[in-house]
Order: sequence, then C-alpha cells, then structure tokens
Amino acid sequence: MSVVSAALEHRTARISPWLAAWAGLLVVTIALYFARDLIPWAFKYPRGWQLPLHGWISAFMKWLINSFDLGLFTFKELTRGIAWVIEKPYWLVKSLLSTGFLKGVGSYAEQVFPRLSWLAVIATVVLFARHVKDWKLALLAGICFGYLAVFGQWDSAMITLSSIAIAVPFGVAGGLFLGIAALRSRRFEIVLTPILDLMQTVPVFAYLIPVLILFSFGPVSAMIATIIYAMPPMVRVTMLALRSVPAEVVESGRMSGCTKRQLLWKVQLPSAMPTLMVGVNQVIMLSLNMVIIASMIGAGGLGYDVLTALKRLQIGQGVEAGVAITLLAIALDRLSQASARRAPATRNAQLRGWRRHPYLTIFFTVTAATWILGLWFPALSNYPDAWEITTGSFWGDVVRYINVNFFDVLDAMKNFLLLNVMIPLKRFLLSLPWVAVAGMAAIAGLQLGGWRLGLLTGSLATFIAVVGLWAKAMVTVYLCGLAVIIACLIGIPIGIAAARNDRLHRIVSVIIDTLQTLPSFVYLMPVVMLFRVGDFAALLAVVAYAITPAIRYTDHGVRSVSPDLIEAATQAGCTRGQILRKVQLPLALPQIMLGVNQTIMMALSMLVITALVGTRELGQEVYIALTKADTGKGLVAGVCVAFIAIIADRLIGAWAWRRKRELGLE
Amino acid sequence: MRKQSHSTAVALGGALLLCAAAMAPVAQAAVESTDPIKLTIHDWTGQYLTTHIMGEVLKKAGYNIEYVQADYIAQFAGLETGDLHIAMEMWETTGKQAMDQSLATGKTVDLGETGMDAKEEWWYPVYMKERCPGLPDWKALNDCAEAFSTPETAPKGRYLGGPVTWAGFDDERAEALGLNYEVVHAGTDAALFAELESAIQRKEPILLWIYAPHWAVAKYQGEWIEFPEYTDACYEDPSWGMNKDMAYDCGKPFGWIKKVGWKDGEKKWPGAYKAVRNFHIENDAMSQLIVEVDLNGRSVDDVVADWMKNNESTWKAWIN
Repeated sequence: MSVVSAALEHRTARISPWLAAWAGLLVVTIALYFARDLIPWAFKYPRGWQLPLHGWISAFMKWLINSFDLGLFTFKELTRGIAWVIEKPYWLVKSLLSTGFLKGVGSYAEQVFPRLSWLAVIATVVLFARHVKDWKLALLAGICFGYLAVFGQWDSAMITLSSIAIAVPFGVAGGLFLGIAALRSRRFEIVLTPILDLMQTVPVFAYLIPVLILFSFGPVSAMIATIIYAMPPMVRVTMLALRSVPAEVVESGRMSGCTKRQLLWKVQLPSAMPTLMVGVNQVIMLSLNMVIIASMIGAGGLGYDVLTALKRLQIGQGVEAGVAITLLAIALDRLSQASARRAPATRNAQLRGWRRHPYLTIFFTVTAATWILGLWFPALSNYPDAWEITTGSFWGDVVRYINVNFFDVLDAMKNFLLLNVMIPLKRFLLSLPWVAVAGMAAIAGLQLGGWRLGLLTGSLATFIAVVGLWAKAMVTVYLCGLAVIIACLIGIPIGIAAARNDRLHRIVSVIIDTLQTLPSFVYLMPVVMLFRVGDFAALLAVVAYAITPAIRYTDHGVRSVSPDLIEAATQAGCTRGQILRKVQLPLALPQIMLGVNQTIMMALSMLVITALVGTRELGQEVYIALTKADTGKGLVAGVCVAFIAIIADRLIGAWAWRRKRELGLE
Repeated sequence: MRKQSHSTAVALGGALLLCAAAMAPVAQAAVESTDPIKLTIHDWTGQYLTTHIMGEVLKKAGYNIEYVQADYIAQFAGLETGDLHIAMEMWETTGKQAMDQSLATGKTVDLGETGMDAKEEWWYPVYMKERCPGLPDWKALNDCAEAFSTPETAPKGRYLGGPVTWAGFDDERAEALGLNYEVVHAGTDAALFAELESAIQRKEPILLWIYAPHWAVAKYQGEWIEFPEYTDACYEDPSWGMNKDMAYDCGKPFGWIKKVGWKDGEKKWPGAYKAVRNFHIENDAMSQLIVEVDLNGRSVDDVVADWMKNNESTWKAWIN
C-alpha cells in the first residue's frame, strides 16, 4: 500500500509543471487562432514548403526496377526468383486441391491426374482433427468443410486454401527466422522493430503496386502481400517466446553440452512451443483477413466471390462466401491450436501394418477409392451441383425489409449523430493549427515517456504536415478517434459483463470470432444501403471491426485479476460492485488499455476498406494511389497512417507501463 | 496433415512424370507461337465478357490463352514488360490518360476501338420526373434541389458522384453551371449501386453518376440528365459555353472503348493481334449479355458459349 501512496504523492508533486505546459499550449492555440490571418502557415502548411517525397519514392522505384544491378543479376531478377520459389509449391498444392495435375499451360493445359476429391479432403481434416484431439473437434472440422461443399463454395474455397497453405508456412518460417536473428543480434533488433511497426500499420493497398511490379501479376504477388501483412506478429511472438524460456532450462541444456544450434532447436524452440503457436494462430487469422484484398490483385477464390457478388448487390451470395472464409479460418485455427497442444504420441510400437497408422490408412483408402470410383460415379469426386443448397435471396430480402420499413428511424438516428457530433467534431479538428497539434503530441510524449518519446511523437506529427497530408490526416483522426470511443463505450462494458458470467463469455467469444474473420466487405454494402454513402456508414463498419479487441482484452484483463485479491476484498466485506470498481477494474486497467491500443490499430487498418465507401481521409489517398499506380503517393500516405498508429501506440504503451509500475505489477 | 499431404504430393509427382512421358503431344493448329497469350480481366462484367469472347475466338484459331486478373490501371506496368499481353477494354472516359502515358513509352500498342461507346452522365430514376417535371433538362435541377436534398446537404441537393479515381470533374461541373448541389463521392461503384438499389426500394429521390454499358441501366428505369453537349473546347477553354469564366460547363464526353496490347506481342502472334484488332461489338449486344449474367444469374462461360454459337460468321471473319 505504501508504494502506491508514495507513487500517488510523487504524481501530485509532479503534476503542476505538466498542468502549466498544457495550459501554455492551450493559450498558444487560442492566440494562434486569433492571429490566423497573420500566420496562415500554422494552420495550412504551405504548399511551397512541402517535401516532394512521393516523387522521390516513385523515381526510386523506377530505378530499382529498371536499372538496379546487383552484379550477377538485376534486382528484378532477384524478386522474380523469389516469386519462383513461392510459385512452385503453390502450383503443387493448387494442383492437388483445386485444378488437378495439368500438362501444358494456358488453354492448352490438359488434366493428367485429378485433384483430391471433396470426400478425401473432408476425410483428411476429420481424421486429422481426431488424431490431434478428439471426435468433437473432428465434428467441428467436418461441419466447416462440409459447409463448403453443401453451399457450393468448394472450388473457390480450395483455391483460397491453396494460397493460405503456402502463405502461412512462409509467414511462420520467415517470422521464426527474423525473430531468432533479432534475438542473436541486438543491432538487427533495433533495425527490425520499426520495420515491423510499419509492416503492421502501413495499409496493404500502399504496397500492392510495388509488389505487383516486382513480383509479376497473379496469385504469387497476392501471396507475397499476404506474407508481408501476416508475418510481423510471428516475429514478435518468436522474440517474446524465446526470451521467456526459463533460464534454468537453457542452463541445463548448456550443461549437457549442447552446441548453440542444438540449444536452439532441441531446447529453446520446443519449450517455447505454446507461445509460438499464438504467433501461428495470428498468421493464419491475418492471412485470411487478407483474402478479399488479395483477390483484388489476382488471388481469386472466395475473396473474389465476395467482391463480385457484392458488386452485383447479390447480398446472399456475398454472405455465403464470406461465411465460408470465416469457417475456413475457424477450422484452421482450431486444428493448428490442437496440434500444438497435443501430447507427444503414445504409439504402440508392437502394432504392425495398418493398426499402427490407422488414420493414415483410412486416408489413403478414401483417397484412392474416391479417385477410382469417381471415374464411374462423378458425385464421389466432385460434389454434385444438384445437391447444393443456398440461402438464395433471403439476406437480400432481410436488408430490403429493414430498408423499406425502418429506414426513417435509422435515418433519424444517423442524422442526429451526424449533425450533432460528427460534423462539429470534424470541423473542430480541421480548424486546429497543425503546429498546436504537433505540440500536443510532443508534450504528451514528454509527460508520459520522457524527452525521447516527446521528440518521436512531435516529429512524426510534423512529418505528416511536411508531406502535405495534414487535412486528410485530421479526418483520419476524427473518424478513427470517434470509432474507437464508440467501440470502447460499447466493448468495455460487454467485456466486463462477459468476465463475470461464463455463459455470456461463450456467446460473446463466438460473436467476436465471427466479426474478426467475416470479411468486412460483406456487411459494408448492406450498411451503405441503410445509411447512404458517407462518413456514418464508414464509422459503423470501423466500429464493428474494431470492437473485438476492446471486448477481448477487457474480458481477459478482468478475469486474470488474482483470485487472492478478490478473496481478500470479499473478506474485507466488499460487495460485488465494490470489488469490480475498487479491485478488478484498477488492476485490469493496463490490460484494458492494451485492448484500447489494439482497437486503435484495428480502426486504422479498416481505413482502406472505408475508402471504398467514399470517406475522404488517408485511406482514400492510398486507394487513389493504388488505382493510379502511383507508388510514391501510396507509400507516403500509408506511412502517415502508420505514424498516427505509432504515436497512439507509444503514448498508450508508455502510460500503461507507468500505471503497471505504480500498481506494482511490474 | 502436412506430412501426409507431402508424401501424397511426392507420390503424385512421380505419377505425373510417368503420365507426362506416356502421353502423346496435344494436337495443335498451326499458330506462330504456342506460348499462352495473357488476356487481362478486371472487375466489371462487361469487360469479363468481351475478354472471354476474344479468348474463345483465339482458342478456336488455335492459340493458347490464359486469363490473368489485373487492375485496370496497374496493368499497364505488366503490359509494358510483357508480363501481360492484351487488355480488351480501355475507356476514353476513365483510362485515356494512363493509356496515353503508356503508349508514349513505345512498349504498348493501340489495337483500335471495340465498337462500343462508353456513356456516363448524371442519372435519375424515372419516378423522379413526377417530383421534378422539368427533367431531363439540366436547367430544372436547381428548382428541384430541395427534392434531391438530404438533411446533411439541405437546402442544397445531393448528387452522388462516381469514385474519385474515375475523375469526371463533377465538382467543377456543379460550380461552373451554378448548380445548387453538393457532390458526394462514392468510394466504389459497388457502394454507388448499393445506394441506388436502396433508394429505388423506397422510391426515394436520388441523383447519381451511372455509366453504360452496365446492368443498372437495364434493371432500373431512368433517364440521363441533358447537359449542354460536350466538346473539347468546353473542357479546355473557359470562355466556351454559358459560363464565360469557367471550363466544364457542359455534359460529359462519350467515348471510345479501345483495346491495348504489349507491343512486341504483335511480332510473336501476328495472327492473334490481327484478330484482336478486328474485334467488334455494339453497345446493345453487349448490354444484353451483361443482363444475362448480372440479372439472370447465368455464368459468363454459358453466355459466351451461346454468343459463339449464334455469331459464328461474325467471329470467323475476325480470324480469317
């Protein structure tokens, strides 16, 4: 207790200079406002001072592609080589799952050997699930893949599965490699950390064009973009997991005479396995998140189906394909989790033949049987069209019904929020001088994390003005900021409720899993139908996507408060409400703030999607650059989004760290 | 699962090699090169149809065809390097600038018009005529601004423009013609048509940008606004037209839709390039095909196969 009160005293003692600093900033801002005619540059960064950074980047890309020579080969040959390395295994998996083995290319191609039948694929996942866990998981996997066949999503789903099956191992292996390298060399880690931040926060659209040009058109480019997007969590998790291997374990490995390599592969990695699997899970989820965007540059598959269905306003088909993506994500996630937790095999070495490998035997039997019998009974190799079912126009009718009957109510709600909150806030933010906002970022950094953080946040904010994107950045802040506030207002109470009630917890888990993997494009178009094109529709879509971490982390944070403390509070005679307010919430606050942090990241990553419904912010800048194939412009706007994310991340991180220290948690 | 699929894959690989050795080469017609010609496909149905028709015709002529999905504008990078070969639809209204830039590099070649006309203009559903009797004359728009307004824009009318990337100068047009309208941009055409569908379900006012050939024009009854007719001078010379100080005081240009290709491909597959140059289809015929796919839900392959059967003399003339 004394530590806490000391910290509190310490804080009250230090608060006054900060108060003075903030008051000073306020005075300066107001002064600037009245002097805005004298010093217009403080409000609107002059065009003449702008740094033509995007022009330089475009020129650099041209040079990289056309003339950069590495001696033995050119840069472009190098990237094409990398594309080749990815393309070969992709070709193999795709042949196996989707196209069958072909001879020749293009329309000359002829199938020489059929693909795996749908029965064989379903048998594989079911048996694998039973092998790594139990029949319950097998049932789940069977239902997920069964849906793909029954709802006629099979062909597209197998294309998507093929590219996921390649992108995920590459992402995991690359992440492991970079993580280990960063662990071995401190210098490499210092270089890598900001790059990881950028990889995670620069919108994918920003680097699609360079990727297309360097790696050629087609599914390989889409896979490379997916890998870039999905790899960073794996790197971070690898570093964290290997660091947290207990020193005693490493020591005992050393004592038994391991070489450095043996130590890594035989001791550190196996004991870090459970944590590493969290990274694998993230790679799978993020890869499936990319399915829609990847389909915009030629990946095909389910993402393409969602996109084309919604372009024709066939909401039902869009939902069916979107749900297929979600189910694929759930099945792959649960299978990978289970296989990581599986106890070491307890195989009876006495058994011989098929008894020793029962699942493998069944698998080969089903595969071979469906292949051979499929020649006479095509239903065994390809799910017959006649057996397919569809929700038809059901979803479209639902939207139509709501639209016709409830539009006025919805419209009134929307207009209220728009006229009283959104538009005033937007105008206010746009009228602030950039100098003052950059100053605010700097002072906040200074206060929370010292001069280094202050310098970082201040200069990142200034960078955005210098490249001439200030106004769009402020619209970004307005849209994302509001979305984050709404998401937190709704999400944190739900998280708290879920933490205190197990049944609610289970229901909420299913909902947020779905929200996170269902492509946002699926609900974006109905939202547009009900709320018109504009900021409000975008806001709803951002909230729907960004609410998940707010719920998840709050739930987790409140649940992980030590039971001893709650016990102690109960003994002291606290009511349930008091325990929540005085014990659980304060202690869970750092976790909740981490959730808020992730909410901000998610909101920013949705910007690119909201640009598709006509918001005018940085996301749109990136999207325009994409459609005009302007590499420099896209990357600069993308980096600005990343900088906003980094400012928010660092400030919240510093704050949460201080809180933790004050509470004696660290 | 991984291990299993690996071992199967190895087994399959072996089987594949055996099969490949055993099979006789496929019979092929005499063409200049058997390398696949890569036709680009984008994200709208009309383009999908023209490309597949061209592809099927070239297949009949014995060429090896591959369809590659590529972005409408980004594809030029691929066409210049020879990663991609033929693009079937480049619209004057939206892609002229990018196409001119690319042609200037000397690595791509203009393969002539498709015969279709791109049309795009402000559009309204026919029931709006009752609420605004002066339509389709643009001069009626200001009188009906109230009827076309929403709470956000009132008293100004609301005009839903196309995606900003498809330019169109609507902000300039509204200003030059003194229209009391706020221009709102849809991010994508999907969002645009979602809003149109929603408004038509409720018979609510809507004024928006539409392009043709497109399924919406076939599905919904409506009319184009009649602006002063476009001329080059209107866009370039401020003194042209009713507003002496500003350009863009007229309607939008109608334009060609052209085919573009990789320059060196002409040497590699001269016959195929000739066929692409010969490709010709009219707006009406194309609209019908689009309706079949987008509204009647038939597959592109079916519709193209039907077209091939019914228009044999047409496409035979392209390849001979």
